[in-house]
Amino acid sequence: MQMPEPSADVLSRKARIVERLRAALPDNAVIEDDIELKAYECDGLAAYRCPPMCAVLPGSTEEVSAVMRICHEEGVPVVPRGSGTSLAGGALPTADSVLLGVARLTGVLETDYDNRFIRVQAGRTNLSVTGAVEQDGFFYAPDPSSQLACAIAGNIAMNSGGAHCLKYGVTTNNLMGVKMVMADGEVVEIGGPYLDAGGLDLLGLITGSEGQLGIVTEATLRILAKPEGARPVLVAFDSPEVAGQCVSDIIKSGIVPVAIEYMDRLTIQASEAHVGVGYPDCEALLIIEVEGSEAEIADQLGRITAIARTHDPVEIRESASAAESEKIWLGRKTAFGAMGRINDYMCLDGTIPVNELPFVLKRIGELGDDYGLQVGNVFHAGDGNMHPLILYDANKPGDLEKCEALGADILKLCVEVGGCLTGEHGVGVEKREIMTAQYTADDLEIQMQVKDVFDPDWGLNPAKVFPLEASAGRRS
Amino acid sequence: MKITTETELAEAIGGAGGPVRVQGGGTRDIGRPVVGEVLEVAISGVQLYEPGALTLVARAGTPLAEIEALLAEQGQRLAFEPMDHRVLLGTGGRPTIGGAVAANVSGPRRIQAGAARDFTLGARFVDGAGRVIKNGGRVMKNVTGYDLVKLMAGSWGTLGVLSEVSLKVQARPETEATLVARGKDAAEGVAALAAALGSPWDITGAAHLEAGVSGGDSETRVRIEGLGASVDYRAEALQKEICAGWDIVRGDDSAALWREVRDVAPLADARVVWRVSVKPSAGPVVGAALAAAGLGHKVLYDWGGGLMWIAPDDRGGEDGGAALIRQQIAAHGGHATLVKAPAELRARVDVFQPESGALAAITRGLKQKFDPKGILNPGLMG
Repeated sequence: MQMPEPSADVLSRKARIVERLRAALPDNAVIEDDIELKAYECDGLAAYRCPPMCAVLPGSTEEVSAVMRICHEEGVPVVPRGSGTSLAGGALPTADSVLLGVARLTGVLETDYDNRFIRVQAGRTNLSVTGAVEQDGFFYAPDPSSQLACAIAGNIAMNSGGAHCLKYGVTTNNLMGVKMVMADGEVVEIGGPYLDAGGLDLLGLITGSEGQLGIVTEATLRILAKPEGARPVLVAFDSPEVAGQCVSDIIKSGIVPVAIEYMDRLTIQASEAHVGVGYPDCEALLIIEVEGSEAEIADQLGRITAIARTHDPVEIRESASAAESEKIWLGRKTAFGAMGRINDYMCLDGTIPVNELPFVLKRIGELGDDYGLQVGNVFHAGDGNMHPLILYDANKPGDLEKCEALGADILKLCVEVGGCLTGEHGVGVEKREIMTAQYTADDLEIQMQVKDVFDPDWGLNPAKVFPLEASAGRRS
Repeated sequence: MKITTETELAEAIGGAGGPVRVQGGGTRDIGRPVVGEVLEVAISGVQLYEPGALTLVARAGTPLAEIEALLAEQGQRLAFEPMDHRVLLGTGGRPTIGGAVAANVSGPRRIQAGAARDFTLGARFVDGAGRVIKNGGRVMKNVTGYDLVKLMAGSWGTLGVLSEVSLKVQARPETEATLVARGKDAAEGVAALAAALGSPWDITGAAHLEAGVSGGDSETRVRIEGLGASVDYRAEALQKEICAGWDIVRGDDSAALWREVRDVAPLADARVVWRVSVKPSAGPVVGAALAAAGLGHKVLYDWGGGLMWIAPDDRGGEDGGAALIRQQIAAHGGHATLVKAPAELRARVDVFQPESGALAAITRGLKQKFDPKGILNPGLMG
């Protein structure tokens, strides 16, 4: 993977830039020590590393603004970082960049149950947003797997989803307003605790823009009343295709489960070896969760199991207690970690129309065979957001490259059947070069023109999202 | 000029010598009056419908009625419940899906399900330079590049002209019911709606019609939808906890109540109607402040109080209440759009909420990039 050459001019001015940042920020908010900078050299896509020129940890919108003003004047690229959990290299620094972390912006600014919103600083973790309101019976719906660690700022950058967005939508459907610092340091407010935009939907544009249009420092988020209860059912099948068909039939039936999760034999086996929750011996399983009162749950699960039975399942396991529900979910929630025990893996994020699941699952298996690599599938089936896990050996020369080539083929397959390259992880550096599989030159040009408006100098997270060659002229 | 293919659309815009006025079904005469050649987008037809994936792809000029009928055959619907503007505006024509998306038209279910912008998964459009652009796709989760679909939704044809949209659709629920209270003032009504919306019972409509808006008494309405037994259960729970003594209206009668709210039918006779989006609890405060300032008006509150349809009476004065209403927006946040007014009034006041400073500059910048010749509905949004 290629990154642009760092600017020798910027690097030659490092001392002055750091000095200006130190003058604008509190004592401990600027990091330039080589050892300390190691913490910021990569995100969740750990195969690629590069320490930034320096890192800053501002504690307020005003301090973020001061940093941006200085970097703008000095012509220094800024790489924003939430909690660094990106799986796409969204927070990967360049050697000539100032890495701007929002980890110190964690406060709750306003909680309003009558109007059903919470306003938080953007470095607050996803789970702790719910943590701030759950004692009063509310929650924040988007729940990415990394929710214990990931920051709202990163959720906005990548338009994060999670298992429960089948019912509640992703970040863009739950974000009401932001305070954002522009590339030149100007502070703007977009949206607020009311619905929709009075002019152009700039909030929708910013969400999912991977930190390339501004630095979000505060967010107004929609919170919802917690349902009375929730319960999963586990259904096991002897073929992945049939499991895929069952998903489509449930969706079509009109029942709206909050989550439909899928695991195949490889990930089931890995999970069993890891936590041993007693999943059935089968080719594929679905975990389907519904919400409501006891009677509503029973009604919905009855309808779901009736549909499942038409697909001749190996087993249907309804949870009868909170402990059983927890066991059903435990294997799924720890599946990624379990796969890591087998080998190194690369996690894809292609999304497809739900009715294409049977075909795509079959084709992924064939592609894996062609490359001689194993692929595990564990993903959010209800909304077609696949997470193929390609196993490879990082110590074996050539294996990573082979894995990346297979990954690209799988993502192109997702696009071919009407889907997209990334559902919730973002493009980052990882999928930058295959954007052309989904978009024409004009499609990409107009997106880059949007960045021109927000960030004319292309100083914000510049080497991401767009193919390097396509953005070269603008970055130089 | 009547356009029936995307290629024609690209040629017409690419070759346009001056401003064009973009028209879909011609039902939404909203915004600053635009002077320009009429470009009638009649690119019609459903391209793909996958009930099992809850997705539908249609050309932008496809009549909404055609899409709704097709969805109904499979027990599905558009969740965002788009308003039929013909009722309020007294216009003719046929609403199209492209028009609904371009105007981000959403009905009462907005509070629970989302807006048109939330259900538009992808779009193809022609920008002001005549380039054909696609963005998004037909899947519910997609963060592949910038989300220009959101930007197109609610841009009223000023950034590009939609040629195709892909939508997420929703299963039609088994049944619905509405709880109705009468005689509450706006503050009491909106407080009751807030309590219902803060309950676990999944409210899909929350409206308050002031006294004199629909009949004599005020009406406060709360809608629930879903499987039959579940609707019964939640109606009972609401009556027990929040809506004691409220009537229950079921099935088609319930649906009729929400069509009325969706189309703002009770204000159809008004000469001037504003659409105001505020923090829900601020709704009654704004209503009272306008009355205190001497602006006589009727208000239909939707979205739990957060969407105000305000019809000023003749005392609205020269500007149709613009100055007073925008003063309230300045104090409480939100935005106000002059949805219905004679053309000469719409030419004189800001129809859309004016932006200031950096946001205005961004809007100008985006318009310049998407429509460098300044020919797409120039001036419509201000």
